Amino acid sequence: MPQIAQIMETYSSQIFWLLVTFGFVFFVVGRGMVPRVMDTVSQRDSQIAGDLAAAQAARDKADDEEEAWRKRENENRAQAQAVIAKAKADAAAKSEKKLAAAQKRIDTKLEKADVEIAEARYAAMTEVESVAAEAAQDIVKQLAGVKVTAANAKSAVKKAMTNV
Amino acid sequence: MAAEEGKVDPMHQFTIEPLLGSNGWELAGFNIAFTNSAMWMAITTVLLTIFVAGGMKRELVPGRWQMMVETFTGFIDDMLEANIGKAGRKYVPYIFSLFMFILFANILGLLPLGVIGLHPFTFTSHFTVTGVLAIISFAIVLVVGFWKHGLKFFTLFVPHGTPLAMIPVIFPIELISFLVRPFSLALRLFVAMMAGHVLLKVLSSFVIDGTNAGAGFAALVGVPSFILMVGISALEILVAGIQAYVFALLTSLYINDAENLH
Repeated sequence: MPQIAQIMETYSSQIFWLLVTFGFVFFVVGRGMVPRVMDTVSQRDSQIAGDLAAAQAARDKADDEEEAWRKRENENRAQAQAVIAKAKADAAAKSEKKLAAAQKRIDTKLEKADVEIAEARYAAMTEVESVAAEAAQDIVKQLAGVKVTAANAKSAVKKAMTNV
Repeated sequence: MAAEEGKVDPMHQFTIEPLLGSNGWELAGFNIAFTNSAMWMAITTVLLTIFVAGGMKRELVPGRWQMMVETFTGFIDDMLEANIGKAGRKYVPYIFSLFMFILFANILGLLPLGVIGLHPFTFTSHFTVTGVLAIISFAIVLVVGFWKHGLKFFTLFVPHGTPLAMIPVIFPIELISFLVRPFSLALRLFVAMMAGHVLLKVLSSFVIDGTNAGAGFAALVGVPSFILMVGISALEILVAGIQAYVFALLTSLYINDAENLH
C-alpha cells in the first residue's frame, strides 16, 4: 500500500501542499466568494419578499378602493331611488288631485242635468195630463153626453196614468 | 511498477511520484516536493475557484452556472442551519470549502483521463490528506468548544440524566468516543475512496487478462467484469458525493456539539 510504504518520504509534502491548496480554497473561495454568493441569494430573497409585500399592499389598496366605490355607488343608487320615489309620489298626488277636481266638476254637471231632466219630465207630464184630461172630458161628452168637471177628469186621468 | 509487465497493479495508482523539486525543495528541513498528488490538489483548487467564480455574476435572475453555485451554497447553508441553528452560518465558508474540495477531488480522481494518457490521482485516498482535514475539523471543534464554554465543555461527556454513580463509567466512554472522531472521519473517507479505486482496478485487470487469455475467458470473465465495472463506476460517482457529504455533515454535527453542548 503506497499510502503506508511511502509515508515517511511523502507526508511532509502531502501536508504542505494540502495546507497550501486547502488554505487557498478556504480563504479565497470560502471566505472571499461564498459570502458574496450567499449575499446575492439573500438579496434576491429579500427583493422577492419585498415585491410580494408590495403586490399584497397594492391588492389590499385596490380592494379597499373597490369597497369604497361600492359603498358610494350604493349610496348614489339609494339617493336616485329616493328621488324617483318622491317624483312618483308627487306625480300620483297631483294626478289624484286633478282627477278629484274633474270628478267634482262632472258630478255637479250631472246633478244639474238630472235636475233639468226631472223638471222637463214634470213639465211634460203635467202637459200630458192636462191634454189627457181635456181629451177625456171631450170623449165623455161626445159619447155619454155627460158633462164631467175638469177636476174629476184630471183625477181620473191621474189614476189611469199611474197604471201606465 | 511493482508487478510484472502487462499486469495491472491495483495499488500502483496510489503511488506518489515527485514531479518537481524532489530533492531540493525543503521547508524547515522537511521535503515539500511538488508531487502528482500536489498537482491534483492544485488542479482541484483551480477548478473549484473557477467554478465558484463563475457563480459570482450576482445577477438578480441567475443563469445556469450561478444557479448551480447558489444551489451548493444554499445546500451547505441549509445543512448548517438544520444541524447547528442560526449560529451555524459563520461556519459556511469552512464547511463549503471542505465539502467542495473533497467532492471535486473525489470526482476528478474518477475521471477516465487514462484514456488520453494522463493519470488521475485521488489524493483523498491518502490518509495523510484526509487525516489533516479531519484534524482541522477536530481542532475547530475543540477551539470553538473551549472558547464558548470553557471547562464546561467537559459536560459534553456527561449526557443529561446520567445517574451520579454512572458518571465515572460514562465519562471515559464518551471521552474516548469523542477522541476517536478525527480517526473515524479520516479513515472513512480514505478507505471508501481507496476501496472503490482498488475494486475498479481489480475488475479492469480481470477484463484485460481475461480478454488476453482467449475468447472463452473473454466471454466468461471479461464481459461480465466489464459490465460490473460500468455499474461500480456509477456507484463510485455516488460514493464520491456521499463521502464528501458525510465528511461535511459529520463535521457540522461535531461543531454543533461544541456550539450547543447537549
